[in-house]
Amino acid sequence: MSAAPAPGAAANTPADDVARPVGAHKWTPYVLLTPGMLWLGVFFIIPTVMLVKMSLSSGTAFSGDGSFTFSRSDLQWSNYGDAWTKYVIDTPIFQKSLIYALIATALTLVIAYPLAYTIAFKSGRWKNFLLVLVIAPFFTSFLLRTNAWQTILVDSGPVVTFMENIGLLDFLHTVTNIPDSWPSWAQIFPDGITDPNRVLATPLAVIVGLAYNFLPFMTLPLYASLERIDIRFIEAATDLYSSAWTAFRKVTFPLSLPGVVAGTLLTFIPAAGDPVNAQLLGSASDAMMGNAIDAQFKSTGNYPLAAALSALLMAVIVAMVTVYVRRAGTEELV
Amino acid sequence: MSTMTIDERRAQALAEMPPYREPGVFSRGSRWVRSHIIQFCAAGALLFMFIPVFVVVLFSFNLPTGKYNYVWNQFSTSAWVNVWSDTEITNSLTISIEVALISTIVATVLGTLIAFAIGRHNFRGRGGTNLLIFMPMATPEVVMGSSLLTLFVLAQQEGSLGRITITIAHIMFSISFVVVTVKARIAGLDSRLEQAAMDLYADEKTTFAKVTFPLVLPGIVAAAMLAFSLSFDDFVITNFTSGQTVTFPMYIWGAAGRGIPPEANVVGAIMFGLALVVVLVPEIIRGVRKSRA
Repeated sequence: MSAAPAPGAAANTPADDVARPVGAHKWTPYVLLTPGMLWLGVFFIIPTVMLVKMSLSSGTAFSGDGSFTFSRSDLQWSNYGDAWTKYVIDTPIFQKSLIYALIATALTLVIAYPLAYTIAFKSGRWKNFLLVLVIAPFFTSFLLRTNAWQTILVDSGPVVTFMENIGLLDFLHTVTNIPDSWPSWAQIFPDGITDPNRVLATPLAVIVGLAYNFLPFMTLPLYASLERIDIRFIEAATDLYSSAWTAFRKVTFPLSLPGVVAGTLLTFIPAAGDPVNAQLLGSASDAMMGNAIDAQFKSTGNYPLAAALSALLMAVIVAMVTVYVRRAGTEELV
Repeated sequence: MSTMTIDERRAQALAEMPPYREPGVFSRGSRWVRSHIIQFCAAGALLFMFIPVFVVVLFSFNLPTGKYNYVWNQFSTSAWVNVWSDTEITNSLTISIEVALISTIVATVLGTLIAFAIGRHNFRGRGGTNLLIFMPMATPEVVMGSSLLTLFVLAQQEGSLGRITITIAHIMFSISFVVVTVKARIAGLDSRLEQAAMDLYADEKTTFAKVTFPLVLPGIVAAAMLAFSLSFDDFVITNFTSGQTVTFPMYIWGAAGRGIPPEANVVGAIMFGLALVVVLVPEIIRGVRKSRA
């Protein structure tokens, strides 16, 4: 494996030059890449192609002979039409998933930013310890943790009673319950974001669950980009009489944008497709795209429709991410 | 105003200033709070992160009244005593650990090779490679899971869904995370260390074995731990590729409807404890060494 040879070293080790012909050098990276790339090709790219193929096929898994027909001359675009009618027009599950994920992402950003900022700038010798703490919840099964929110938010439990007593639930319910003025909002939140007396089985529980689940995915990229900031830039701003807030707004935050972009993507994308939080914390009417795809595959066996749904979700996410990344102006993500 | 001299203006300003007062305990306290507001928010975020973990551990000591373990009833260690006699739990755990071990090993090897290729070489198709590495991380799990299921169905392998297909899927989504983790470590290497080795007549193989690889190793270990926890904890993709096989997350998912027993919480608590030991002990040892030196 080639470490860039030091100028002096190459001349001093003639055996090395003879043993490894120059041509081998060029192929080294491809040899290293091949096994992993093959794996990704066979089990990521090909399945994606198969998914698109399935979305244009006809047949169901649980009826007839359980096989699917795909014909180039008879592409079943109606699967996409059906998916659109069923999950966008009849029930706004698609929009619901995107809105839930958006709100959860915003919430995650607000919660994670001070944490990442503290770890990057204010933690001193506790830095490594705090970083370990951020990933530590990962080690308890996330299904168990999501389930634990059922215990925490249990009806008339201490948390819900407290939120009720300070009027938070009532406030959130009243503010988000807009029946007529904004029909598309009312379609997604027909009864507000939460009930005045309970949190479980309302959109709020699902959104909080999503925000909770992806918090480390937001915190770590934020930390990585904050950590890279040269602290002298911030000092220069305050030396030039900017207030702490202005320095943050004009220097620190813009410099942390790559982390904000990476973190919001790593939160939004999985959140939009997550079936777990809606299932464990929401009611039946909180079903998201993940649940719809899951149900079409597992219960109905309408694989073509399910595949069309999956492909649609992917397409919308790719489109949103492309626009977002262009806007944010950070092309390099990895 | 303009007719005032500077002295007059200064005198007026002094007269208008509020008299100086020693700050009281309250205002000093509130100023301290205000200047540490970010740290308070950070502490709140950590609390938010850990409350569910705390609840999982706490309720492993509960003696639930019915089948649902949602309301605190009574302290009991029975779940801790009985955890290994629940065959549903032990069977699913065995499968999860098996799958996680195999997929961790394969994904770590494949991912590390890719990371060296990207981190150490310039070659045609580097951008495309980076994109292919990024894509699985940017694809919702439901989409990856349903794609894989479609592949297996169209290849008429629906009957063989099980450990092997789960492992295949886990290797697939772990590779990207391994690449990103190891690549970061390689990027942070000081190339002068390798140059020094070669100046001291080490050939490329020796330099790699004695300098480069040991320096990258912590990154590889971190990547392997990440891959293990991703695999062990995965539910969504496993749900599509498992057939009748029940991994530990699949077991919890199935149990969620009929009530998750406290024994499952015990497993969660043990995993958490084990992981903390694995991560924190080297950290503490390093700290002790540093303070002695």
